[in-house]
Formats: sequence, C-alpha cells, structure tokens
Amino acid sequence: MSNITNLSLSEILKSIKSKKISSLELTQAYIKNIENAKKLNAFVTTTFDQALENAKKFDNKPNNEQLLSGVPLAVKDLFCTENVKTTAGSNILNNFIPSYESTVTKNLWNNGAFLLGKLNCDEFAMGSSNETSFFGNVINPVGDHLVPGGSSGGSSSALAADLTPATIGTDTGGSIRQPASFTGTVGFKPTYGLCSRWGIVAFASSLDQAGPMTKTVNDCSIMLEAMSGFDDKDSTSINKKKETYSKNLKDNIKGLKIGIPKEYRVDNMPKEIDELWEKGKKILKDLGAQLIDISLPHTKYALPTYYIVAPAEASSNLARYDGVRYGYRSQKGKDLIEMYENTRSEGFGDEVKRRILIGTYVLSSGYYDAYYLKAQKVRQLIKKDFDDSFTKVDAILTPSTPSSAFKIGEKTNDPVSMYLNDIFTVPVNLAGLPALSLPAGLDKKGYPLGLQLIGKALDEQKILNIGYAFEKNCGYKNEIKKWWS
Amino acid sequence: MSLDKEKIKHVAKLARISVDEAKVASLTKDLNSIFKFIEQLNELNTDKVEPLTSILNQSLRSRKDEISDGKIREKILQNSPKKNEEFFVVPKVVE
Repeated sequence: MSNITNLSLSEILKSIKSKKISSLELTQAYIKNIENAKKLNAFVTTTFDQALENAKKFDNKPNNEQLLSGVPLAVKDLFCTENVKTTAGSNILNNFIPSYESTVTKNLWNNGAFLLGKLNCDEFAMGSSNETSFFGNVINPVGDHLVPGGSSGGSSSALAADLTPATIGTDTGGSIRQPASFTGTVGFKPTYGLCSRWGIVAFASSLDQAGPMTKTVNDCSIMLEAMSGFDDKDSTSINKKKETYSKNLKDNIKGLKIGIPKEYRVDNMPKEIDELWEKGKKILKDLGAQLIDISLPHTKYALPTYYIVAPAEASSNLARYDGVRYGYRSQKGKDLIEMYENTRSEGFGDEVKRRILIGTYVLSSGYYDAYYLKAQKVRQLIKKDFDDSFTKVDAILTPSTPSSAFKIGEKTNDPVSMYLNDIFTVPVNLAGLPALSLPAGLDKKGYPLGLQLIGKALDEQKILNIGYAFEKNCGYKNEIKKWWS
Repeated sequence: MSLDKEKIKHVAKLARISVDEAKVASLTKDLNSIFKFIEQLNELNTDKVEPLTSILNQSLRSRKDEISDGKIREKILQNSPKKNEEFFVVPKVVE
C-alpha cells in the first residue's frame, strides 16, 4: 500500500484493524515522508527509533479495541513528553527534557497511539505564522513562499503534507483554527477545561486549550474523544462524564438554528471570504438548518482585550524561566540579577519579549485598573454577547480568518497587522467556547480558506455534527502537490 | 498615553530582561503601536460591569492538604544548568 499516508486517520485505523497494513509498515511510510519533507521544517525533534519499537510491539500483540490502535502521531512541541526534548519553539527550553508526560499526550498513548516526533511552533505559541520559532519558520505545503499559520504551524504543515495521520495543537487565540484554515485541514478548539492543561508549556492559562487537528471531522471526533477528559492535576479541568464523540457523530442537522453575526464582516475583508461565508450559509440552509441574523456587539474589542489579558498572564507564567532550575542559562553577568536579565534576554525571542513587557506594564502598579481590570470587564461583555446569542441559536457560523495564507515575511515588521489575523478566532477563547474550523474552499490563488462553527460551552457533539454534515456537502478537496520531495 | 524609552527600560527591569540599547527605539515604536490599538477599549463605558474572573461555571476545586508525591529530587534537578549534588547553583548572592 504505497498511498497509505494519503488516507484519513479513520481509514488508516480500519486498515490496521483488518491487517491490510501493519503498524510497522505505516510508521515506516510516515518516516519516509518526514525524511523527504525536511524543507518544510515542520519537525523540531523526531523519535523514529522509539516509534518503530512501539510499532513492532503493537504488531506482535495487537489490541484493536482502542481508539487509536497502532497509530504513530507527531504532536506540537508545547506538550511535555517524558524523556523527549520539549522546546516550546524557544531557545530558553532548547535543552529541556521533561521527566513527565502531559496528560493530553498520555491520553493519546493510553488509547493505543505512540509518538513520531515533536512539531515546530511559534515560540511559546506566540505568533500567527510560525515565524517566531527559535528553530526557524515552517513552510506551508500549499506553497513554498507561504506561512502555515500559527502558532501550531508545524502541526498544520505536517498534517497537510501527510507527515502524521492526525495531530494536536494548542489554541490560545486561534493557534489551532487559523493554521488549519491556512492549510485546508480541520482544527478544533474545545471548551475551556475539556482537555487538561497539565504538562503543556503555559502561555495564557485562562485561554490556553489543547485540541485536535485532522484531515476530516470524523478524525477530529476520534482524536477529541481520545485526548479529552477530567484531570485532577488541572485545577480548571471540567469534571464530567467522558463523551463518545465518534460513536455519536451524526449528519442530520435539520431544524438547527445557525446564527450569522453581522460584526464578522470587517473592513477590507477580501470578497472571496464573503463569498465563502455565503456558500457556507447556503450549504447549512440546504441541509435544513435555519439561518438567524445575530449581533455580537463587542466583537471589535476582543483583540484589544486579548492583547492585555494574554500578555498579562504570559508575563506571569514566563517568570519561571530564570536559568536556575531548567532551561538555558547565560554565562554573562556579575551577579544573580544580571544572570536573570541576560538569561531571559538571550533565551527569549523578540515577540515573546514584547509580550512579557506588555504584560508586565499592564499589571504594574498604577496601570492595573486602566488596562488589566478594564480588559477583564470587557471580557465579561464579550462573554455576555455569546451567552445572549446562544439563547436564540444552536451554533454560530463565521469565517475562520480574514485572509488566506500570507507570504513569509509579509507581516513580521508590523505586530498589529499580524495580530489582526486572529480577529475571528480570539473572541471564542475569551468566552471559553468550543469552535471548529473547517476547510470550505479556495481563493482565486488556489489557497485554502476556512469557515468556523462556534458552539455553546460543552456543546462539542453538536458542533462536530454540523461540521460532519457540512463536510459531506461542501465538496472541498485537498489539492496539495508534493513539491518538496 | 505613550511609552517613552525610560519607561520601557524600567518595565524591562521589572521583567528581568536586559534590553540592548540599540533595540530600545524599535521596541518603543512597536509597543506604542500596540498600546494605541489596545486603547480602543477606552471607547467603552464599563463602570457598571463586573470584571470576569473565571469563564468556568464552577469554582476551583480544593483538595486535602496532604503530600501527594515526593522523593523526586533527581528528577527535579535533572534539567538544572548548574547543580552541586542536591542543590541548584546560582551566582554568589551574599558578599
């Protein structure tokens, strides 16, 4: 089977179960693809030997009762993996080898999967183009001059290039959904608290959430089912019964009410995004859903709010990098304070430093009320907008991003223009809601575009069902040519 | 409000990040454009709004105050850039 890596995760699982292919053959096929795709720079670390061992172990004693039986998976390098270097895309963690495993990755391994490698990402997940990584930028398989989105850019690139059958990312302001949209893949940010944050390198703790990135909605439901669940080690983990998203996946969405928020039509948005949105509305309407115009009046304030809350939390989370207990330490400096200052200056990249400074400033004495407290109040208003809307609708349909993938280097000199990429994804994080980005079409340059479905808290199943029905009727095809191998 | 170079150096000191003198100008420009963007929030009157402190409809769990792990000194020290047997080593603090 030469083309096994073109298949979706669910098709691969079937092939393993029916013994059409062994886990070892599958793993070897991905390793070959990865070795041929070095140009994409999607991997920071590969764990091929370990993966081959695990594949052999599976083949010797196959257990096909698990959700991810015998499947190798590469994951974002923000998830701590026991005895495997975990960098968060940063020089400051360049040599960090965790002695523990994140809960989310442990859940994947407990469901029969094993690690194939660690995927590049923006430094500490701060970025929308994977250009802030210490390990260099990642290239979008859609075109050699394009960014793969960020911060989970290694994940989106690897998935779209068939270097992993599925993957996981983290999403603090759009870091799963935006790269999914830029690469024509499916990305899901679950409800805050559904997937444990334990063992994930922290960026902004009230916003961070891990989620699946896959080729299909069915794959997404399998991955979400495997990775989610209550964890006593995360104080904000939601304690509820585990759901079987994949078994309950249904494509009947007749009678569901879909909200269309007028505030998501922004100035200078390309006509193609508008047309894509219209197309999405028509697909859902034809499937028997009812479209309802809604208003989320504080949408335009979501990004400014985010750029107070996220840096504030980041400045406090990243205070731990002191060059003493783990990570990089500068050899310069005559005393402890200078050692700290040089370690952090040499260890962090420009974007991370910018955000730590913003965060430190908005939390500093005399400015806290004007910035941080103000942002927490506006965050309340943004959440209330969604709460009000969800009394009238089951889900909300919007574009995922205001543009398709942009060129490498195009926005690196203007932080605000980079931040504007997350204009449609950030409100969801501020409100803690689940949202799914689906590939929905191509622009005139042939680059993928995505649509986003936003749901009520813990309404994952409904969002997945709508996405499943949408996918069947959208006719989107991944047309990536493998120019890199 | 606008941030001047001195303010930025002060904030960098608070954040324990040394800033290259040559980079202060471009950092000042970037941070001011970000703050200009952030300050759109001042258009909104939020006098009667409660700040959001948690997006979960649950309060933080508490647990019994008892030891749940331990005896992992080796693991804790294993990534230290400089250690001496069972201690982290830092530059001299007391003269």
